[in-house]
Amino acid sequence: MKTGFSVKRKIIQFIAFVLSNPFVGNFRTGRLYKGPWKYFCNPGINCYSCPAAGLSCPIGSLQAVNGSIDFRWSFYVVGTICAFGILLGRAVCGFLCPFGLIQELIYKIPFPKRKLPRWARYIKYAMLFIVVLTLPVIITNAAGMGDPFFCKYICPAGTIEGGLALLLVRPELRPMVGSRFALKIAIAVLTVIGCLTVARFFCKVLCPLGAFYGFFNKVSLVRLSTDESACTSCGACAKICPMDVDPSKDPNSMECIRCGKCVSACGAKAIRFGKQ
Amino acid sequence: MNRRKLLAIRILTAAAAAGMIAYGIFRGELSLVLNKAINVCFECIGLG
Repeated sequence: MKTGFSVKRKIIQFIAFVLSNPFVGNFRTGRLYKGPWKYFCNPGINCYSCPAAGLSCPIGSLQAVNGSIDFRWSFYVVGTICAFGILLGRAVCGFLCPFGLIQELIYKIPFPKRKLPRWARYIKYAMLFIVVLTLPVIITNAAGMGDPFFCKYICPAGTIEGGLALLLVRPELRPMVGSRFALKIAIAVLTVIGCLTVARFFCKVLCPLGAFYGFFNKVSLVRLSTDESACTSCGACAKICPMDVDPSKDPNSMECIRCGKCVSACGAKAIRFGKQ
Repeated sequence: MNRRKLLAIRILTAAAAAGMIAYGIFRGELSLVLNKAINVCFECIGLG
């Protein structure tokens, strides 16, 4: 049972990763997939400038529309995120996000492991409300267009999946490398080091999409619940939780990514995961 | 939270999400999303 759940989750993560990035052959030329699937947003973070990507990145799309000349708010992208959110909440992070899987694989590399201070988790809300939703709308050029600030200055997924991949296969792009790319590489390196040390570092600290989905955790269809009469308060669930949540006290915390490790760890079978 | 209230929140949120998606498509956001996604976004990946 214990192994079964984690293996099933990992299989779903790998399937989601492959379905998000089916055009692996594009790495030979560095060209992007240009078909109609890119009308749709990936539920998780996955750079649409990655040659293998088959869907649009929701955070990139949100900033593209919010920073456009015609619109200041993307109903389409926000509606899509709300639809995924009300169904799955942050189970998207635990099961479907390609960058989440990458982080989990990096964390498996032997390296000294640490926990983050609680305040660090609030940074991602600043990323969502200030960097993603506000800056592209209020800082615009003469034509009225705003930059995708999160992608442009921060997103390590874009640097790794898009920037580095394209620079490797398209040498003509290399003269475009400048100080901004150096900044993004520095953030990507810090993120990788963070992911070696802290479980799901990017999800905890930086991810604006995870912050968005977190608001749905208390009402989403897929949730955790704790049977307080069965709980022995042994603390096993809180100890194993990679997101530093105590599921016995707050099973639907905004931080919970529904990885299900607490369900497997609970000897009293007091925690239930699924459609509720 | 009782089950009726939870159900109401879920239905309202799902309806709002569907409405937002439909309205976004109606006013032409899809072409912006596609256009951004099918061309290399140099600023998104830190180049340019």
